[in-house]
Amino acid sequence: MKHLDVAAIKDGSVIDHIDSKSTLKVAEILNIQNEEQIVLVGINLTSKFLGKKGIIKIEGKIIAQKEANKIALIAPNATVNIIKDYEVVKKFKIVIPEIIEGIVKCFNPNCVSNYNNIKARQHVVNKNPIKLQCHYCERIMSTKDIVLI
Amino acid sequence: MISFKQRDIISIRHFNKEELLYILDMAKRMEQAEYTDILKGKVLASLFFEPSTRTRLSFESAMKRLGGMVIGFAEPGVTSVAKGESLSDSVKIIEGYCDIIVLRHYLEGSAQLAADVVKIPVINAGDGANQHPTQTFLDLYTIQKTKGTLEGLTIGFLGDMKYGRTVHSLAYALAYFGAEMYFVSPPGLRLPRDFMEALKDRKVKCHENESLLGISKRLDVIYCTRIQKERFADPVEFEKVRGIYRLTKTMLEEFGIKDDLKVLHPLPRVDEMDDSLDATDFAVYFQQARNGVPIRKALLAAVLGTIE
Repeated sequence: MKHLDVAAIKDGSVIDHIDSKSTLKVAEILNIQNEEQIVLVGINLTSKFLGKKGIIKIEGKIIAQKEANKIALIAPNATVNIIKDYEVVKKFKIVIPEIIEGIVKCFNPNCVSNYNNIKARQHVVNKNPIKLQCHYCERIMSTKDIVLI
Repeated sequence: MISFKQRDIISIRHFNKEELLYILDMAKRMEQAEYTDILKGKVLASLFFEPSTRTRLSFESAMKRLGGMVIGFAEPGVTSVAKGESLSDSVKIIEGYCDIIVLRHYLEGSAQLAADVVKIPVINAGDGANQHPTQTFLDLYTIQKTKGTLEGLTIGFLGDMKYGRTVHSLAYALAYFGAEMYFVSPPGLRLPRDFMEALKDRKVKCHENESLLGISKRLDVIYCTRIQKERFADPVEFEKVRGIYRLTKTMLEEFGIKDDLKVLHPLPRVDEMDDSLDATDFAVYFQQARNGVPIRKALLAAVLGTIE
């Protein structure tokens, strides 16, 4: 029988191939701390592609593509497996969405989105390399400017 | 078919070349004919969270000359904002009192935020160092009127490229017309890198210089700007660049210029442009300020849908 570093789940979602260092941030973005069923998190697991990877297994929750895409900026290589009765019934990759909301802080200190609890919002103007344009102040951020909220 | 009816005017980036030309044509019509009551019964709320003379008064003049009415404030200290009310709440309340909002605010993106939370049209009258689209419309109109064309011009921007929102908006618009651009500033006030990259992505020929010396003969237009004290958090940094440029008639003659050069400035000027320029044929900045009225008439009429 195949050895698993992180135990299998019966029904739910597995987010695999997360850049290891981003695993806990992925968990935070997907708000899994508020899940009521079992959540298994693995960090620094061996990966052929990433060297080290992270994995998150959530019992009893089916993650939709749109929700999974929220992690695109920090885990662009991640895949999501939907599990039913210990079997993978659906598998999809993360897709970078057209609009990023509430995840990236605008790097412009004079942007209105950094005041009055306004939800930060950026338009993805280029996917590779990633370039985000603030919906409000129009400044364009590249990878080096991106700071997660 | 081009229509501006009920559209927000937030950023020059939201308009294509044909739409820019449409408003310039309409401004020309506003100058050629009297439209004294096409905005009768309409109310404009003029919300200025930052000081302004030309923009605020030319909007009010335009609205009143078209038969409309104006409410608002030029000093936020007299409003609920002074009690800590958020911008979103303020505009949502004021929306109930008017047909269109004209907003100037010190935070970048504030006009977009206002447009997102109200149903009536919002016109950005300047948001921090970001955009000032109606100024750009009148700058384009002035260039078109005085040069006879907008196509293929060589423009020298002089002064504050970093915080100068009029530069950012105008450069973006002129990219539609195949302009070559020289950005002349001290090193600390260069155009933001992301903005320069965006112009280069649009195949604009861009140059950065610290002086007009050596390039002035190539320019069809000089767009001079004030180095804005109010944008500097550190007064020491402002003192380093204060008065670094002073455009004079003698200087331009010594450097060499084209006979039909035109000098624009969004005004107010402080010491960057000498009075000796005022009487020359290339000084068009007072005409430029006057063009604020036909342009703002055109935008108000187009957005409120009273003229096609």
